[in-house]
Amino acid sequence: MDKTKLLKLSITELIKAFELGQTSSEEATKACLEKIKNSQLNAVVHINEDAINLAKEADKKRREGKKGRLLGVPILLKANMCTKDNMPTSCCSNFLKDFKSPYNATVVEKLLKEGAVIIGKANMDEFAMGASNETSAFAKAKNPHDLTRIPGGSSGGSAAAVAGLECYASLGSDTGGSIRQPSALCGVVGLKPTYGSVSRRGLVAFASSLDQIGPITRTVEDNALLYEIIMGEDEKDSTTNRKPEKFVQNIGAPIKGLTLGLAKEYLDLPADSEVKQTVLNTIDFYKKNGVKVVEVSLPNIDKALAVYYILSSAEAASNLSRFDGIRYGKRVEGKDLIDTYYKSRTAGFGAEVKRRIMLGNYVLSSGFYDAYYKKATKVQQVLKQEFENAFLKCDCLIAPVCPQVAWHFGEKSTPISNYMADIFTVPVNIVGRPAISFPCGVNKDNMPIGVQLIADMNREDVLYKLASYFEKHKGVK
Amino acid sequence: MDYEVVIGLETHIEQNTKTKMFCSCKNEFGGAPNTNCCEVCTAMPGALPVINRQAVYNTIKAGLATNCEISKTFYFDRKGYFYPDLAKAYQISQLYVPICKNGKVEFEVNGKQYAIRLNRIHLEEDAGKLVHGLFGETLVDFNRGGVPLMEIVTEPDFRSVEQVMAYLDTIKNIFKAIGVSECRMERGQLRCDVNVSLRPFGSPNFGTRTEMKNLNSFKAIERAIKFEISRQTKILNSGGKIVQETLRWDDVVGQNYPMRSKEDSQDYRYFPDPDLLPITITDEEIKKIKNELPVLPAQLKSEYKKKYGFSDYDATQLSKNIEISKFFEECVKAGIEPREASNWIQGEISNILNEQVGEEIVIKLVPINFAKLIGLYKAGEISQASARQVLRKIWDSNEDPGEIVEKQGLKALSDDTEIRKIVEEIISKNPNAVNDYKSGNKKALAFFVGQTMKATQGKANAGIVNKIIIELLGE
Repeated sequence: MDKTKLLKLSITELIKAFELGQTSSEEATKACLEKIKNSQLNAVVHINEDAINLAKEADKKRREGKKGRLLGVPILLKANMCTKDNMPTSCCSNFLKDFKSPYNATVVEKLLKEGAVIIGKANMDEFAMGASNETSAFAKAKNPHDLTRIPGGSSGGSAAAVAGLECYASLGSDTGGSIRQPSALCGVVGLKPTYGSVSRRGLVAFASSLDQIGPITRTVEDNALLYEIIMGEDEKDSTTNRKPEKFVQNIGAPIKGLTLGLAKEYLDLPADSEVKQTVLNTIDFYKKNGVKVVEVSLPNIDKALAVYYILSSAEAASNLSRFDGIRYGKRVEGKDLIDTYYKSRTAGFGAEVKRRIMLGNYVLSSGFYDAYYKKATKVQQVLKQEFENAFLKCDCLIAPVCPQVAWHFGEKSTPISNYMADIFTVPVNIVGRPAISFPCGVNKDNMPIGVQLIADMNREDVLYKLASYFEKHKGVK
Repeated sequence: MDYEVVIGLETHIEQNTKTKMFCSCKNEFGGAPNTNCCEVCTAMPGALPVINRQAVYNTIKAGLATNCEISKTFYFDRKGYFYPDLAKAYQISQLYVPICKNGKVEFEVNGKQYAIRLNRIHLEEDAGKLVHGLFGETLVDFNRGGVPLMEIVTEPDFRSVEQVMAYLDTIKNIFKAIGVSECRMERGQLRCDVNVSLRPFGSPNFGTRTEMKNLNSFKAIERAIKFEISRQTKILNSGGKIVQETLRWDDVVGQNYPMRSKEDSQDYRYFPDPDLLPITITDEEIKKIKNELPVLPAQLKSEYKKKYGFSDYDATQLSKNIEISKFFEECVKAGIEPREASNWIQGEISNILNEQVGEEIVIKLVPINFAKLIGLYKAGEISQASARQVLRKIWDSNEDPGEIVEKQGLKALSDDTEIRKIVEEIISKNPNAVNDYKSGNKKALAFFVGQTMKATQGKANAGIVNKIIIELLGE
């Protein structure tokens, strides 16, 4: 098959082509690897040296009539997902640059069980802390729509690789928008699942109560397929609580009668006018297609960003304290134990990671705990209640994903300006709800703009219905 | 000047669950270094803890056995500090809502009843172990890392060393009785930190306290407290002030030394562990656990008094250790008369136990064999001396006492004529003693019994011997 055509296929199309004998996993995998090799995107940081053998094996299995919903499909992981193969689980940090995990993440096991060919690991902000990929300890990933711009973050490499045709799908992780935001900025589809739906075992933790793994794909249908495969409870992650479910059936389902909630306070958060207008156009589209639109209220949504940076930093400081240079990872010998800790962590972590660790330890320290951490959890409860009330009136909320399109490298020079980019995405993590980001238009420079739909707990079915309907009838692809 | 002693304890007890607190590794003492450990124990990136429900259940059991309130909803917190034996650099513990709180432990010292209040019992994970090598290197063994550990915190209610020792003995026996731990101190299954302060008698305020660590045996605890009381008394009497600090007990030297202050002033940055969801327990579940509790030493004691008519002293001796009470009950079940069993347990068996090394009570004696032995003795087939001798033989061998008696020729001499012959010979050889006896010195009777026993190597039936001597010497 023609290489460009081959790389542009969706997963569903690729599998059909395998079945019709039009192409093979080996051919598709080689095409991806070659594309990565010649790419300027820096989207992929670790290549699976075994990929072609695995592809050949998948082809053999298919010939033998063996099944697997992803049999032979080349897929990328974010670099914070553990694999016990030849690749490091680096989190794009100098601390774990050469670290090899002794076990596979649960999502990896699930992908392998369905026959996926894991071809590599994608670039990311260091330990998932960042919104532009600029905190990666390796060469920064670039936006395939404009190489002078950031791909978004923290799953920037995952989104850039999918948009740049370097794989058929990837997994990202979303703590405060890290799947949805780069998906929006790169023009692909990203899902942040309901908290507790996908096992975090083997995902190097950033903020445990907020982290969720989700799929990044070129079509909504591929997204539903991948989500179906990776979700479901895991006895080794006690925060998972969900039985396996089917989602592909929601693709193209009727949307008439569904209710879309507009929260003024949410939509009024600061964003570029082009972004706002595109979101308003999307609302109009749904209205015209039989979706009911109602007004709802989220009075405290403007506090979400502050709550997020307190809770996520506190958990991050604790989660990253295991990186002490004693058992694995970066180690710089000091004159004594304490000095070895200092030197190893100083050399291993980048500036943004250090900033979050300091912030997190500060809000947890005695004397400040009540004023920051405890208060943040109280506001979190208020926000949860507000979302709960909103979902009594609607099936889905709508909002921009990012206040602007992908910006240029170096454009945001202060931490706060970077943090502000998360303003539309973090509330969703704080309240544990699922949200999907999909392309809904472009700006004057032809840069993609994404829109975000947010559903109530465990209602990804609604998201897939609405997103696939838009994708099919509006046709922004 | 004399001061009132005020002591509070923090006791750590390792549970005997099959697996560790947060993963499925074996919870096993010993074993080659780092053989019982996984990605959770070593804090590999992405590893997640999963609560061992048995450990939670055991802690509730411990709380119920010590009169605690059980929290209906509780959760785990992270306690952060850097040390190489703590892989995650935080310990999963409980600060804000412990599983058990407001308990009470009762015990006796010199016939007087005391009650100590428990502040809490919480559940956490043990740390690994540092091993110092020959060349100055330090190695870490994570086999112990993640073993379920209960911390029992008392209020500062103790007023003497004796109370502390009696309390420790009591909780050790309770935790053994409910089967949640073997409480073997030499294996680190029971560890204790002691807070000591002094104040003038009658003072309502507490004095400045010091905390003692590294107390590895009951004896060490007792010595360390005594040392600390006299150290603080000397300082106060000479007009000095007690410094609040953590002390390390050196059992070889017999002294307390201050630990570096760095290890003493930590900000643990506690917060609820987001990897674990809160646990909610229903009243029914608590009731069910309560109903499953075995009879505890204190209840056993009153049961023994009522059922067997034992004195307070005897009932205490038989009920306070689970090994002893278990053995006693098996003896009764095997057909030994309860008072007889009690006499033997407090007599020769207690002697044997005292001769054993270590603080642990280990009884290997098979009750059926013991019952057979008592049967032989009661039937007059063997003398008491022989019975004691055979007891030591069958103590850890599971041999049949009848066979031993047979093999070693220990059968009691109860043949009238034979004993008579021996007694006659002794009488003829000891005319002085005969005179003593006839002039009313009753001690002479004992002399003749003793001589006869000696001549028969203790095998003669004591009753028959007595009867014949009296008969031959005349009243």
